[in-house]
Amino acid sequence: MPPVIRVEALTKAYASGHVALDAVDLDIREGEIFALLGPNGAGKTTLISVICGIVTPSGGRVLVRGHDIVRNYRQTRTDIGLVPQELHTDMFETVINTVRFSRGLFGKARNDALIERILRDLSLWDKRKAKIMELSGGMKRRVMIAKALSHEPRVLFLDEPTAGVDVELRRDMWELVRQLRETGVTIILTTHYIEEAEEMADRVGVIDKGRLILVEEKATLMQKLGKKTLTIHLAQPLDAIPRELDDWELSLHHDGHELEYLFDTRAERTGVSALLRTLGDIGLGYKDLNTRESSLEDIFVKLVHTPQSDEVAA
Amino acid sequence: MSVQGRGVNWRGIAAIYRFEVARFGRTILTSLMTPVITTSLYFIVFGSAIGSRMTEINGIPYGAFIVPGLIMLSMFQESIFNASFGIYMPKWNGTIYELLSAPMSAIETVVAYVGAAATKSMLLGLIIFATAHLFVSVEVAHPLAMLAFMALIAVSFCLFGFILGIWAQNFEQLQVVPLLVIMPMTFLGGAFYSIHMLPEPWKTVTLFNPVVYLISGFRWTFFGAGDVSIGLSLGFVALMLLVCVGLVVWIFRTGYRLKK
Repeated sequence: MPPVIRVEALTKAYASGHVALDAVDLDIREGEIFALLGPNGAGKTTLISVICGIVTPSGGRVLVRGHDIVRNYRQTRTDIGLVPQELHTDMFETVINTVRFSRGLFGKARNDALIERILRDLSLWDKRKAKIMELSGGMKRRVMIAKALSHEPRVLFLDEPTAGVDVELRRDMWELVRQLRETGVTIILTTHYIEEAEEMADRVGVIDKGRLILVEEKATLMQKLGKKTLTIHLAQPLDAIPRELDDWELSLHHDGHELEYLFDTRAERTGVSALLRTLGDIGLGYKDLNTRESSLEDIFVKLVHTPQSDEVAA
Repeated sequence: MSVQGRGVNWRGIAAIYRFEVARFGRTILTSLMTPVITTSLYFIVFGSAIGSRMTEINGIPYGAFIVPGLIMLSMFQESIFNASFGIYMPKWNGTIYELLSAPMSAIETVVAYVGAAATKSMLLGLIIFATAHLFVSVEVAHPLAMLAFMALIAVSFCLFGFILGIWAQNFEQLQVVPLLVIMPMTFLGGAFYSIHMLPEPWKTVTLFNPVVYLISGFRWTFFGAGDVSIGLSLGFVALMLLVCVGLVVWIFRTGYRLKK
């Protein structure tokens, strides 16, 4: 099956010289939920904005269901729905009018039954005659989703859908995304919450400094994310790691005051207790221990700086 | 840039047009009352108080003479204000994202925004015309030409306003052109007098003000005569339309201040 979206060597350099996207290649599969992970300023929003027609690319091309986003923009934009990160709304409009407006703007004939269904699904039906300015932030976000769905898009972009959103709305949002997928809609969401990617996505892409540094099945990536670091604060600094500890591939930090051990929490044997036993056996005293989970940031750092971190370890 | 099939997105145009007209509707009272009151004030001050001491201009009573200028003055201002706000607001509140991501061509977008603003300007011109009738009797020599001229002016100035709305980066810039450029040009452009009444060198200087040709042309449709020939007036309207259309085409080609 051909990809629903094909991004080829997509580059965006702003007039300031800042390169927001650096030769990005990406295929999105029909019907999948794809999560684009990355720190702030990584290029997530720029990538989405180019595909949706808001930002002009500097190079490369994008095909949506086989159509070029520049030459056949009418077709590609009709296929796409976008929920941007910021709450941009017409404050004086009523909920139902703004959703009807969106449908018309995308060239679709008025369909009151469909609009009612969308508003009901998003718990907005009771508020349909309210002015948007009267709504809470969470309700406004629902309105923006309703607008994006009003023209029955085949592909839905959700840019940071749960940033600053309460727990209830987040759960509703996840539920809605699943329902949409059932109807065959392809969903691309950006997030910097691992939890969200873990909950929702089939595949995950990691973007940093405008480069797509990894695209993987969620399961594979989550294994990498399931690592923890054990830090052992030594009583006496070490010049080198004793041979007896070779099995654990430890690293020495802070002028020999700290030993670090990276382990997989999902493994049957983490090796932690054996390590501590061995430390006792060879008479290596320690003042404190602590563990921390590898955060997404750690993964980014690791992915981006792999060659350098090897040098440090050596 | 070729556009693939499906023809024109009429529903998209209609959606924006209705949205814009509804926006005017929310301020219908001020929109309609302001021109009526302003026109009445002009007639009381210029028509009755001063006009009674003025002789006829080119054989036309002063009260009637100022009607075309008054209509033009309001139409220039309102066209620019309405059209510039129409496109500036989505930029300001961020809703422009939806317009940019919609299957709308540049020409469709312009037709919708400028069409809505021009509709309001036409309505406004006709209201002022009707109000003027309460104070003076004016006969229109070329009614169809008058309507056509009004429409051309409405479209030209709404296009100009649209460009201004895209260019403006704050509310002050939005106001500065209609208030500090267009208003003085209109007052000095023969809205309330014939430029033949001016002494030299001002009479010649005035001929460099493009508004003179617009007001004169509109006056011609009323009285069959203006300060300059009707051909020259039409030439200026056409020139203004062309320049504005050219700028709009350039804006959408380059994405100037619309797209990053």
